This record gives sequence, C-alpha cells and structure tokens, in this order.
Amino acid sequence: MDGAHDMGGVAWSDPVRPEPNEPVFHAEWERRAFAITMAMAMPGGWNIDMSRFARENRPPEDYLSKSYYQIWFAGLERLLLERGLVASDEIAAGKSLHPAKPVPKILTPDGVAAVLHRGGPTERSARSPALFAVGDRVRAKRIHPATHTRLPQYVRGHAGIIDRVLGCHVFPDSNASGDGENPQWLYTVSFDGVELWGEASDASLRVSVDAWEPYLERI
Amino acid sequence: MTHHDHDHHHDHSELSETELRVRALETILTEKGYIDPTALDLLIETYETKVGPRNGARVVARAWSDPAFRARLIHDATPAIAEIGYAGRQGEHIVALENTPRLHNMVVCTLCSCYPWPVLGLPPVWYKSAPYRSKAVKDPRGVLRDFGFELPEGTDIRVWDSTAEIRYLVLPLRPSGTEGWSEERLADLVTRDSMIGTGLPKRPHEAA
Repeated sequence: MDGAHDMGGVAWSDPVRPEPNEPVFHAEWERRAFAITMAMAMPGGWNIDMSRFARENRPPEDYLSKSYYQIWFAGLERLLLERGLVASDEIAAGKSLHPAKPVPKILTPDGVAAVLHRGGPTERSARSPALFAVGDRVRAKRIHPATHTRLPQYVRGHAGIIDRVLGCHVFPDSNASGDGENPQWLYTVSFDGVELWGEASDASLRVSVDAWEPYLERI
Repeated sequence: MTHHDHDHHHDHSELSETELRVRALETILTEKGYIDPTALDLLIETYETKVGPRNGARVVARAWSDPAFRARLIHDATPAIAEIGYAGRQGEHIVALENTPRLHNMVVCTLCSCYPWPVLGLPPVWYKSAPYRSKAVKDPRGVLRDFGFELPEGTDIRVWDSTAEIRYLVLPLRPSGTEGWSEERLADLVTRDSMIGTGLPKRPHEAA
C-alpha cells in the first residue's frame, strides 16, 4: 500500500539525530511491547509479513503520530482482535472477560533460545528457473496495490540493473494476505542516483533494493 | 497554561496511556494462557545483554585478521558468521558489504526497520526514524554530515535498502596503524555505526 511507512526520498526537515550511548529500550513499556509481540507470533500463528502489514496499514496521521513501539503495539492489538484472540471489550476493560481460544503452542522460557536461533528463513526451493541474470537491465513496475508490498515507491517505474540473484524467497505480497508463501526469485536491483532523483542527484550514488521477480520487467 | 506546558502535559498523559494499555494487554494475554511472562523476561534480557553490536565487531575484527575468513564472509556471510556463533532471528540471510577506498556502503530500511539483529542487536531510534529512512536513499552524504563526517570526493556511495529478508553488514576499512593488533584489540575499534555505514571505525588513538 502507498502508506506513510514508505519513506524513501520524502523531504524531511529534521536532521538524523544519533543519541549517544543509546539504551536498547527507552521505557519499561517498550520492553514489554517488544517481548509480547515476539512471543505472541507463536500462539497467534501470523507471519512476519502479516505483522508488517498490521503496522503499516493505517492513515498517515496515525502512523506518523506514533513512536516505533507504539506502532508495534497497535499492530499487535489489531492482529489479536482480527483473530478473535482478544475482544475489544477486554482491551477496554483491561482484563480477560471471555474464555481463551485454543492455541497450538505458546513460547515458554525453555523455548526462547531455540526460537531465536532458528529464526524464520525465507529461502525456498525454486520451482522454475530465474528469469533474470546478473547484469540484466530491468524496470521496477509501476504498481500501487492497496495490500502489502515491499517495492518502495521511489524505485517504481525506474530502470536498474540486476546485481545479485538471491535465490527463491517467500513472496510478502502473498504471504501478508494469507495466500500462502508463493516463493519467487529475489534479486538485488541497483539504480543510478540520477535515474531516481534527476540531474541534481549525487552522481556518485547508487541505490539498491531487493526485489522479487513479479516486481520487475525486462527492458 | 502556555502552549508549551499544554503540549508537555499532552505528551505525558499519552505516554501514560500507552503504559497502561501495554500493561493491561500483558495481563489479558497472561490470564488467557497465551504468553508466559518469564519467557518475555528472557527475550528482553537476551536483547539487552547478549545480542548487540559487540557481536558484529568480533566478525569484523576476524575478517580484518584472517584473510580466509574474510573470503568466506564475502562469499556467503551467513555460514561464516555462524562459525563465530551468531545466527537466527532477523539474520537468517546475511550479506557482508566490503568498503574500499573507492566505495562506501550504507544500509537502510526505508519501509520499516530491517536490521541484522544477531550481529548488531536491535536498531537504534535514529535508524527507525523518518529522517534517516527518507534521506538515506536520496542524500546519503547529507546523512553522513548529520553524523559528523564528510565522505571524501572520489569515494562512491552505495546505499542498500533492506526491502526483503536479506540483512546487510558493512565491513569497514581497517584503520591504519593497527598492524599486528589482536582480534580483541581490533574489535574495540569497530563501532556499531561503522557496520551500518553511518560511521567509521575508531582510530588507534581513540581506542578505550
């Protein structure tokens, strides 16, 4: 979706402000929001693409008014409500009012290390050969789906070069909608700064995105 | 009440509301048996005390010291990094980017906050902020100036937008004057920002 999360190239007046000796979390609620979100993926059964869409799929004024972990928390509440794991009257009351739904399994302390170590690899075996090879010229398609996509707006319509073939990976556009992993070939595609930003661009700049095959067309 | 006071009060009450909501949701989920709070404590402890940029610094120091390891890291970083013991969540597919005197690499996630957790830990606030996410792909030299350094003319810049599940680790140039240093000493020079591409390693006289 063309949401406020898709920030590449947006004119932002503030400089980047590094924080010296920054702590990992800035408040206790951030610690808990982070950990609850991590732990709930197992009983909740959603995938990372569903989580990302639940965070980004909100009006710009909402997305931009929330801090990072407030967005995580809002995404978590949405996933829980959508699946009926928690009801809105429970969130309003701040306590459980209805019986729990059965869940396959939950994250226990003895499972934490293994779950983190395993992670969620997204590479899958290929069912067809890759359409593109290193050095091929491609164009990022002009697409504007209302659903989740990982093709940022600033590259759409622009010509680039295949730099790397990264294997066949879970396709977020399908996976976020519950339409299955639908693995697709993934490529690093690089673009000249002038191609993206015009003649005034830094001529020494190249920018790359990782793009799945359905995002690309041969030139 | 002045405008400033009003804003301050507003911010404060909103934060309190967030705190209350998070606490209430944890209670609900615990009552329902969906989460085990001691597992949450362990997750937090892991990312506050065990997984952080010190891991990445060890990887970089090894690459500076051991040419065979460096070659494996550039060829396929995920198994090379796993040799040192770092793997897993948000680092399932890692690519190492080699800086040279002619090329400086910088990593961003314009769409959210993708970051190589096993080697750098959780991302800092600025990495997730709108100014960084918007400016890095358009004016990376301006970003570097925000960080207080100027990239020399004649050095090209390449920005890697982490739009998939590939995670990028910048392998910075080894500082001069470190010949014969041990991996442990070298690791002390490797800053988090030098592995994102928004900084440089410390020089020998800056080492702690």
